[in-house]
Amino acid sequence: MKNLLCASLLVLFSNSAHAALNVFACEPEWAALTQTLAGDQVSIYTATGALQDPHRIEARPSLIAKARRANLVVCTGAELEMAWLPVVLRESGNSAIHPGSSGYFEAASAVRMLDIPARLDRADGDIHAQGNPHIQTDARNFLPIADALSQRLIQLDPANTTHYQNKLVAFKQQWRAALKKWEQQAAPLKGTAIVVQHKGFPYLSNWLGLQEITALEPKPGMEPSAAHLGQVLNELKQHPAKMVLRAAYQDVRPSQWIAQRAHIAAVELPYTVGGNAAASDLFSLFDDTIARLLAGAK
Amino acid sequence: MSKKIYLSATLAALLSLPLYASAATDADLQVIREQIQQLRQSYEQRIAQLEQRLQQAESTGKRAEAVAEQAQTTVQQTVATPTAASSSNGGEGTFNPALSLILSGTYGSLQQDPTVPATGFAMSPNMGHEQGFNLGESELGIAANIDANYRGVATLALDPAGGISVENAYVQTSALGNGINLKFGRYFSGLGYLNEQHAHAWDFVDQPLVYAALWGNQLGEDGLQAKWLAPTDMFIELGAELGRGRGFPGSDRVKNGAGSGVLFAHIADDIGIEHSWRAGVSLHQTRADNRISDGVPDLPGTAGGVSNSFSGDSQTAGLDFVWKYSPNGNMRDRYVKVQGEYFRRKENGLLTYDLATANIADSYSVTQSGWYLQSVYQFMPHWRAGLRYDRLDSGIAAIGVLNAGNVIGNYAFNPTRTSLMLDYSPSEFSRLRLQLARDNSRQGLPDTQMFVQYIMSLGAHGAHQY
Repeated sequence: MKNLLCASLLVLFSNSAHAALNVFACEPEWAALTQTLAGDQVSIYTATGALQDPHRIEARPSLIAKARRANLVVCTGAELEMAWLPVVLRESGNSAIHPGSSGYFEAASAVRMLDIPARLDRADGDIHAQGNPHIQTDARNFLPIADALSQRLIQLDPANTTHYQNKLVAFKQQWRAALKKWEQQAAPLKGTAIVVQHKGFPYLSNWLGLQEITALEPKPGMEPSAAHLGQVLNELKQHPAKMVLRAAYQDVRPSQWIAQRAHIAAVELPYTVGGNAAASDLFSLFDDTIARLLAGAK
Repeated sequence: MSKKIYLSATLAALLSLPLYASAATDADLQVIREQIQQLRQSYEQRIAQLEQRLQQAESTGKRAEAVAEQAQTTVQQTVATPTAASSSNGGEGTFNPALSLILSGTYGSLQQDPTVPATGFAMSPNMGHEQGFNLGESELGIAANIDANYRGVATLALDPAGGISVENAYVQTSALGNGINLKFGRYFSGLGYLNEQHAHAWDFVDQPLVYAALWGNQLGEDGLQAKWLAPTDMFIELGAELGRGRGFPGSDRVKNGAGSGVLFAHIADDIGIEHSWRAGVSLHQTRADNRISDGVPDLPGTAGGVSNSFSGDSQTAGLDFVWKYSPNGNMRDRYVKVQGEYFRRKENGLLTYDLATANIADSYSVTQSGWYLQSVYQFMPHWRAGLRYDRLDSGIAAIGVLNAGNVIGNYAFNPTRTSLMLDYSPSEFSRLRLQLARDNSRQGLPDTQMFVQYIMSLGAHGAHQY
């Protein structure tokens, strides 16, 4: 009888020691990274899909319900989710994931930000005080983010420290090897002139040495107007570009309009995990991104 | 005693002395012993010193490692987050407190006098419409975390005629956890779907008829709200409010205790990534004390109507639902929103007819109801169109004998209205709207209404609720 009790207690304790962390990931790339770094120790809910504009998500009740039970929120930060995340966190009634607490993780705080605006004026469009938030397009950024995220997982679940450390070491090893491969593959892209639909690629350009000529959106977040597209076309006559880039969630028409008239390639990049069928995980996301860029540059 | 000591000393000496040493003299022995002792001491000292040095080396090594790590992280941090000091919880924290100002205005063109109330609802406040150019209410909002436990929100409505009214001024808890949120102060009640939304977030220029007639557009309360979110995959939220009951259908009064109570429950979920919905039930109870309404038509047909006063209980039940669809869940491009609400109110008490002259009081009981159904369609980025249908039922009142010949019990008319809306939002912060309405809410006075509206928001623009 006593043995049975001991055994069942043991089972109980061992269960609680292996209880999964509930993670609320704002974007698919952070869901994928958390999965890689934590394996079966976490159960992850991804709040947005690759075909959704992460700026314009509604604070749906379903998101609030998922945040209610989360132990850790993993988001980009830098105001990318400002239109919906504050309401979700507030309404969740979950004090463990409030900004500033250990259950709130912002990937942007681990990397060097680009495009930090010199002045904050809404007349300049949808700009972010802390810099451009689309940090996931530079594969190098995943190393410092993985370090910081792994540390956070250990902080929240110290019982599994070695598990997280091993996962981190394995990921970094694979990622460094992949980075070398991608950078070799992308070497011919260096100096390639590009046009972007939305100013969402500064990190990609910075990484691969692409040269951004201009953007189809007159101001960040504003829909490309016919007049502005005409201007872009004129500009392209003086400074020709190889291709026009857009994220999977963006409207195809402005890119196509420019591509047809300027006789350049319109390249749709997956932008995040799940952005197309090929980009099924973090590694294939960049495999596919570089393959598409190389195809567009031909 | 001394014998014992001597014995043990001899024993010890015998034991400690090696056998071969027995041959040596006592003096020699002493010398050797001392030498050994010295040797031992010096070795022990050296070992201790070595150990100490090793420990020191180890700890400094560790410290060096730690320092190096720190240096690395600080370097990373300084490189990574030059704006870390000013950053925080996404947007609102950029300014502390977050300040926002809503500017809005309308142009209204009406064919009928807007002071005539909806038929059968003369005892409700008449929200009416403004004609010509007019400045809407400008809304000044201030919000910030007070400390780790509380968040404060104030919304001041700047009246175009001058003067400021407090629309919202409440404190919200943020550290209770367990899905519990408390709110106290002045807030919009959580009943229904539209009630909590501020005017700048409305999809039409005006509120549905049922909100205008039964809630005076919006029910604001001074009180306490408690909400609990269930720890389930599906969104299940229960809420309760105790308030002063100052707004219609209650009436402000001076007394202890609560003047009104609200219970509400919401359930919601997603279906795939493209559909989301929410449904809710609400109950509201309050008491009216000498709630005076002017210009109420009566059976004798008094010109300009009479002033009545009602005292009694008011109970309202409501159902609400909203469903949204967006291709690929990308709200930025296209979406459809369908929503509807139904409210039914029972009032039971004493009606005093014609306060000015007749002044006759007798029992009065009526059940009124109303509903609306609307849909908004964003057919391309920045452009939305909407259609709304409103309907009210003024019910058949049971009137005491004393007033049977005075008070109208059955209007035999259902007010209805159909509204069409088109709006354009160049950015998230600006919206221009055109609305056309066929208003049949007043018997014999059908009205075609046209409105042009602008809504602009400056400063921190907090996230909107679902």
